[in-house]
Amino acid sequence: MGRLKTMAELEKLQAEILKKRNPETSCVTVCLGTGCQAYNSRAVYDAFVKEINTRNLTEKIHLKGTGCHGFCEQGPVVVIFPSEIFYRRVKPEDVPRIITDTVLGGKLIDELLYQDPVSGQKYSRESEIPFYRHQRRSLLGQNMLIDPGDIDDYIALGGYQNFAKALSKMTPEEVIEEVKKANLRGRGGAGFPAGVKWETTSNAPGDKKYVIVNADEGDPGAYMDRSLLEGNPHLILEGLAIGAYAIGADEGYVYVRQEYPLAVKNLSVALQQAEKYGLLGENILGSGFNFKVHIKRGAGAFVSGESSALVSAIEGRVGEPRPKHINTAVKGLRDRPTNLNNVETWANVPLIIAEGAESYKQIGSANNSGTKIFSLVGKVNNSGLVEVPMGITLREIIYDIGGGIPGGKKFKAVQTGGPSGGCIPATYIDTPVDFDHLTELGSMMGSGGMIVMDEDTCMVDVARYFMQFLKEESCGKCTACREGTKRMYAILEGITRGEGSEKDIELLEDLAWGATNASLCALGATAANPVLSTLKYFRDEYEAHIKDKKCPAKVCKALIKYTIDQTICNGCGRCQKLCPENAITGELKSPMTIDTERCVRCGICYDACRYGAINIT
Amino acid sequence: MAKIEQILEKYGSDPAEIQEILLDVQEEEGYLSQDSLRLLSEKLSLPLSKLYHMATFYEALSLKPLGRYQFQVCTGTACHVRGASRVLDELNTELKINPGEVTPDLNFGLKTVNCVGACALGPVVVVEGKYYGNMSALKVKDLLKHYAKLAKAEQKN
Repeated sequence: MGRLKTMAELEKLQAEILKKRNPETSCVTVCLGTGCQAYNSRAVYDAFVKEINTRNLTEKIHLKGTGCHGFCEQGPVVVIFPSEIFYRRVKPEDVPRIITDTVLGGKLIDELLYQDPVSGQKYSRESEIPFYRHQRRSLLGQNMLIDPGDIDDYIALGGYQNFAKALSKMTPEEVIEEVKKANLRGRGGAGFPAGVKWETTSNAPGDKKYVIVNADEGDPGAYMDRSLLEGNPHLILEGLAIGAYAIGADEGYVYVRQEYPLAVKNLSVALQQAEKYGLLGENILGSGFNFKVHIKRGAGAFVSGESSALVSAIEGRVGEPRPKHINTAVKGLRDRPTNLNNVETWANVPLIIAEGAESYKQIGSANNSGTKIFSLVGKVNNSGLVEVPMGITLREIIYDIGGGIPGGKKFKAVQTGGPSGGCIPATYIDTPVDFDHLTELGSMMGSGGMIVMDEDTCMVDVARYFMQFLKEESCGKCTACREGTKRMYAILEGITRGEGSEKDIELLEDLAWGATNASLCALGATAANPVLSTLKYFRDEYEAHIKDKKCPAKVCKALIKYTIDQTICNGCGRCQKLCPENAITGELKSPMTIDTERCVRCGICYDACRYGAINIT
Repeated sequence: MAKIEQILEKYGSDPAEIQEILLDVQEEEGYLSQDSLRLLSEKLSLPLSKLYHMATFYEALSLKPLGRYQFQVCTGTACHVRGASRVLDELNTELKINPGEVTPDLNFGLKTVNCVGACALGPVVVVEGKYYGNMSALKVKDLLKHYAKLAKAEQKN
């Protein structure tokens, strides 16, 4: 079908697509999100193509490459419809058997089923697996049904009909009112009410307005937006289009970080296909509303994700922040009113129009409505993307969904909010996770990165790590940030090297005050959060480093020693052979010794030893 | 230079598209040479200083040629807590270069990247779009051996 000229034609298209698809036909879906592709899922997909073609089964079996399912720890993920059988860690060699036994024969392959590491129970359906059962996948759930390269998949699910509803049945003011009532708070990190921002932009003087998707996702450890863009680009485009209509913008931009080439590619394809159907462009669905979208790539600078910096980058200037005496909502891109929101914020919009604000608010907690996608990573068994209603506790996320800490280690803290955030120690594990509660504890929601840390994580090293990141990413405009992050880093680095002194903590707090109060943008203004929050909850670790010159978590290289337990070592010589510094002496078949002067604490001997004979003290 | 003309045409020689243009030139030539920047400055009527400002500000742009094989070590938070710094240190020791540098024979380059979004496999090293997960200092030697072999074979041909 060519260009759709009316809303009725869009509905007709959906009906036609559904008619052509028999829900009883077997459909094999292979996750081609970046996480699974890193596990070689592309080879699994190709193996299915080959097998289905060779056995002449193209009529009987439909194959689809989809976006991220979220359970990245278990990739490559293959889900077989209509039974929804979930197979994990699938290898190309498994493919012939999957076709014969499961798709054609209806039998399960035991070894490919997910098994709960604690209970030992096996699960055959994705929705039954505890990792998924405790989630509410309002946004990510569609990923497994959609081939991002085929707009018909999105339309089959009712795609763009919420946009059509807004265009035909609601005024722009009514749309803004609905988003305000729903209390959609910005998912990029600050949690500012999106509806209020929309209203400010809409009311700002001037006929030319812009809407922007911030897809620069710079927080290290966070990749929620990436998976939404790669897996379901039309969801974001539809949300953006609804917003453009509400605000009165006829042009939009999606600014994607260049480290996400697959997201850029899938978004470009989606844009072309939407334009072909006339869902973007001139006189959309005969409504008289025009809306065009452009894609722009970032070039690798964390600070360019800040809204005024991002706007500068689109204008052709360097992506550095500028003073915001006047809000970007009033004077933004090319000095026009501009509404910028995060990917996940835009992704929530079609849902709000579909269900209405009252229904949308039923999910979440008071003043924090809807779901939030987190990247649950670090020292956790079930690493991946999880979508949960706001207000769920940390305990439920880390244990019920995350499956707890690997190796039976003790949970120590969780880092939220990326480099602008802070850590939340184990004592607060029953805290509801939402914007307000996390801010109360000295952290923030941030974009959704949730890094789990255990007893082997050194909190001083964590503060040092974030400060190093911020020092390198600081654009340099503001002295308090540029010099402050440099000096705070030097102090933290010194502490981890055993060169810390008593007055260091006071000096850190002083520099923190400077950066917080005298920086132009949030990078500098929140730069001190990781160090202040680790000082608040883990001061004892700082004192151990400074006073005792010890690293309790045994991470800081200058403060630890590698030794060989003479009672366990059998002299196999493996560590001696692998040591890059030739620091291990001894004869084969008798216990060896590490020369602590030569040892650089690389950890190779520890990883290599098969007998647990290496100790770190 | 013909490639640069093509890139300029793709963006209508619009100076506001400078970020996209620089990214395309970087991809095409592997780095931003002085000649390329001078040409862009002339064609787009942009000061050379501005182009240098951008080239030195952005991580994805490089004023020096990249190595034939770039080892990108993910130093995102998840990879960090799983021991990425030990992997980086080992590569640093073996290649004898710091992040951002290239070996004298131009075969290998070392770079840190902040989150490639494959946190479940951390620590991760990416080489030519191939992801090596669950890396450790121990596995670095084998990884280097593999690419040293490839580099040698290429030089023979």
